[in-house]
Amino acid sequence: MKVVFERPKTLLEKPFTYCPGCHHGLAQRLIAEVIDELGIADRTIGVGPIGCSVYIYEFIDVDFVVGAHGRAPAIATGIKRALPDRVVFSYQGDGDIAAIGTAEIIHVANRGELITAFFVNNAVFGMTGGQMAPTTLVGQKTKTTPLGRKPEVHGFPFRLGECLSVAEGSAYIARVALTRPQFIRQAKECIRRAFLTQIEKKGFSLVEILSPCPTNWGMSPKEAVDWLEQHMIPYFPLGELKVKECLPHEAL
Amino acid sequence: MEKKILMRGNEAVAEAAVRAGCRLYFGYPITPQNEISEYLSFRLPQVGGVFLQAESEVAAIHMVYGAAATGARVMTSSSGPGISLMQEGLSCIAAAELPCVVVNMSRGGPGVGNIQPAQSDYFQAVKGGGHGDYRLIVLAPSTVQELVDLTYRAFYLADKYRNPVEILGDGMLGQMMEPVVFREPEFPPLPPKDWAVRGKGDGPRKWIVCLDLDPKGLEELNLRLQKKYRKLEEEDVDYATFGNPEPEVLLVGFGTVGRILRSVVREGEKRGLKLALFRPITLFPFPKRALQEWARKARAVLVVEMNLGQMLEDVELAVQGEVPVFFLGHTGGVIPTVEEILEYVCRLLRKGVRV
Ligand code: SF4
Repeated sequence: MKVVFERPKTLLEKPFTYCPGCHHGLAQRLIAEVIDELGIADRTIGVGPIGCSVYIYEFIDVDFVVGAHGRAPAIATGIKRALPDRVVFSYQGDGDIAAIGTAEIIHVANRGELITAFFVNNAVFGMTGGQMAPTTLVGQKTKTTPLGRKPEVHGFPFRLGECLSVAEGSAYIARVALTRPQFIRQAKECIRRAFLTQIEKKGFSLVEILSPCPTNWGMSPKEAVDWLEQHMIPYFPLGELKVKECLPHEAL
Repeated sequence: MEKKILMRGNEAVAEAAVRAGCRLYFGYPITPQNEISEYLSFRLPQVGGVFLQAESEVAAIHMVYGAAATGARVMTSSSGPGISLMQEGLSCIAAAELPCVVVNMSRGGPGVGNIQPAQSDYFQAVKGGGHGDYRLIVLAPSTVQELVDLTYRAFYLADKYRNPVEILGDGMLGQMMEPVVFREPEFPPLPPKDWAVRGKGDGPRKWIVCLDLDPKGLEELNLRLQKKYRKLEEEDVDYATFGNPEPEVLLVGFGTVGRILRSVVREGEKRGLKLALFRPITLFPFPKRALQEWARKARAVLVVEMNLGQMLEDVELAVQGEVPVFFLGHTGGVIPTVEEILEYVCRLLRKGVRV
């Protein structure tokens, strides 16, 4: 019998520990599939963050380093500068990458550091129990915006992908969602292109993955998927935000 | 014969690091230690190494963390306020048990303070600094030559114990010029860095983390760290003494103050005083036992620091009340003078050293 679908080699057998309806598992599976297809598992090093996404090192079968809140891009820089021929990626949630670690990710992008960042945006702080994130939508209720996010009090939802795409050193920035089969196919292609951007030394690459957090949104998995499509995608439009075809310094 | 070169402290520490095999440096400018990064910005590329100016001290120390995780010899340097920003990363590096070297050419504090030499970062350096039950290995040079020798030692100890090492100097030591010789010391062989994360290749994967959500697991890590600190105390405590082996007053000071106290001992001798200097070289682990033995021989101990009594606490713990301990200190970048210290000693002796 022909095998048409199986677990990616790079995904360990351990069952995911994420909440039902969370897309962390899907996102990590796609990353593992792409690592398999590119044949880079033996020379890839992942950098974990703090937050629900920290557990990635338990699921993906590559070398890993996990550091403090928001610092993954700096840690990835240290690894990549020490071992320039390895493939280095960070995997970070929105609290980690767009709040406490904003400085690190902006400068990694601006330096054109040859690393790939995966940015899982679920518009809320997941692990700490559902407080407002920089990406929380206007009107969205969270533990620290019980009456909904008000721009005049809490500021505006942060579009990190757009922000990073104006950095000279960023080469590939895409935003994807995993709520439909065709979105999943597109997401996988973007993850592949992000890794290739690094391997071909074109510059910094980032894939923002819109993801539901049913637990902290107080919704069923199905409601969460619908909410994501209805509310998040209009504010965080999907697609490739930046595709640069040459080394950043060659463009100047 | 080995060549003597006239060098500034900051440049000497940088050159020693390169010769000790340091191949990556991440840092952020802050006075009075900028010559370290300026020197390494041209020197490291000459040996195929990496110099990268980070966007902040916070980023710099985490770049160090990343590079250290690959098994490379890596360092950073800063001063007071910058070292404060690095504490988060240092706690992580200690928790992940990674080797690295941090140079602190300390300045006056608290706050942004000033750029004059001070020793008020003692607590921060030897007591942990960041959160959690961890320690740095802390070395305190008092001459440019010692800055060189202790830099070699710092990289060796970092690898031996898989622990961050801080070289605690000050603005004076970093800026002064003295002749130095680069003698590459021979150290016992180090264990292989088989823990390093370098991509799994054909073998099983490795990971380096600085968290353990299981309380038992985290307690185990902490107990292992404590064991390491005890081993350090057994094997790698260091100090220097100078002067009369039967002193009336034992002077205790580290780093820059150590050299001022040498002059005090010499000047005192001329005036017929029996003085000795005890200078801790490892501030952590602190040379408790040796200090206690020396203190017992004296009628009084006088601690001199460029802070308001930080090492004093460790000295008092070591002496355990057997001999009266006195303190003379300046802070904010004021440097104690030989005359002033001698006067203090004379007053002590005139009073018959009663507490
Ligand atoms: S809290 Fe939210 S982000 Fe975290 S695992 Fe659960 S659903 Fe996913």
